[in-house]
Amino acid sequence: MTDDLGYLRESASQTAGPFVHIGLAPGAAGFDIYQRELGQDIAGPNAAGERIRVEGLVIDGTGSPVKDVMLEVWQANAAGHYAHPEGGGTVEEGFRGWGRVITDFDTGAWAFDTIKPGPIGEGHAPHLHLWIVARGINIGLNTRMYFSDDSVAHATDPVLNLIEWESRRPTLIATRSKGQGPAVYRFDIRLQGEGETVFFDI
Amino acid sequence: MSTGYYQRRRDIHPPALTPDYKTSVARSPRLAPLSLDHGAGEVTGPVFTAADVDPGDNDLLTNYAREGQSPIGERILLHGRVLDENARPVPRTLIEIWQANASGRYRHRKDMYLGALDPNFGGCGRMLTDDSGYFAFRTVKPGAYPWRNRVNDWRPAHIHVSVFGAAFAQRLITQCYFEGDPLIPRCPIVATIPDAGAVDRLTARLDMNASVPLDMIAYRFDVVLRGRRQSIFEGQGA
Ligand SMILES: [Fe+3]
Repeated sequence: MTDDLGYLRESASQTAGPFVHIGLAPGAAGFDIYQRELGQDIAGPNAAGERIRVEGLVIDGTGSPVKDVMLEVWQANAAGHYAHPEGGGTVEEGFRGWGRVITDFDTGAWAFDTIKPGPIGEGHAPHLHLWIVARGINIGLNTRMYFSDDSVAHATDPVLNLIEWESRRPTLIATRSKGQGPAVYRFDIRLQGEGETVFFDI
Repeated sequence: MSTGYYQRRRDIHPPALTPDYKTSVARSPRLAPLSLDHGAGEVTGPVFTAADVDPGDNDLLTNYAREGQSPIGERILLHGRVLDENARPVPRTLIEIWQANASGRYRHRKDMYLGALDPNFGGCGRMLTDDSGYFAFRTVKPGAYPWRNRVNDWRPAHIHVSVFGAAFAQRLITQCYFEGDPLIPRCPIVATIPDAGAVDRLTARLDMNASVPLDMIAYRFDVVLRGRRQSIFEGQGA
């Protein structure tokens, strides 16, 4: 099992397939089995910060919405802390900062409610981490979503500034609109082709 | 700066574009992913506790069955450990599985296969690994099923496996195959993996020692997540 230095090798990724919902979000697959479905409430009731809604599509190389995708969200709270022992500080009771997002099987539209995270440090711009799996995606795709109202912070963010092609940076920035309720951010993810979203090898 | 995880070995993972698995063609990024050193958001990840799962969630023989009934199919114990590349156990991490029933049919409103649904089988399970990284699920062996790729493609029997580890950088979804299945070398999804040894490590071994006489056959399946760099010099000179 181990190599000659004693290391193991990571298990190879395989696609989550079209029926990922059975395992990870059975309610969306159409049946009720667990007492608690995980990842349904990202921020919890006690989190400080602005309540927001994020919505969008995942779009394939033909320009069509991907209707069987699952996204996972990972984010800091409004103070810039992740709910983890190495997360930088404490978080509110009930704040997990993690969620699972399922598309509408007919349209591919997805949406989730959360709070806007704070910056994790000096010079960093607030962002969400997204992990995308679906049939046809052999290994989960990592990307980030930034917020259009933070353009000053975007100028110094170390990750946005790593993207050599400035024309690609806007692929990571969600557009804010404000109507009656909470602010809505629109974020479309393009898997391939014109306007291809920047993905990260983390 | 936090200490990051070992770089992913792209020679054992499938590339994004694998034309024999046709759906990947329009769903694969064409541009290279941007390499990112690990910061706070990559070395952290969701923490799960016993309050998130129930004790019976890992028993697919009973977690959807009607009182006194059980699913049709070969009863199996799927067990193993979650380890990291440093060969250390990954304790208290969430592992979730999903699968077709013994006739190859998923309980999903989008699965239209002819194979029969089993009223006593849901097809999903979950648990936290114990302090030594160990997990065990009771289930039935899934059936092979056809899928729309080439006209006569069949998936080998497989169980989908999702694991978190301690950090978002360790997040992994994979599939577990079964030793001796003649469909493994014919499957375009298996073949997305460029390394034969890596396929072998996704193939569960018959484990007679863990089998329960007159009850169920055991298969052993270990999952390996990325290892973390050690901060060798930390504390020296402090
Ligand atoms: Fe499957």
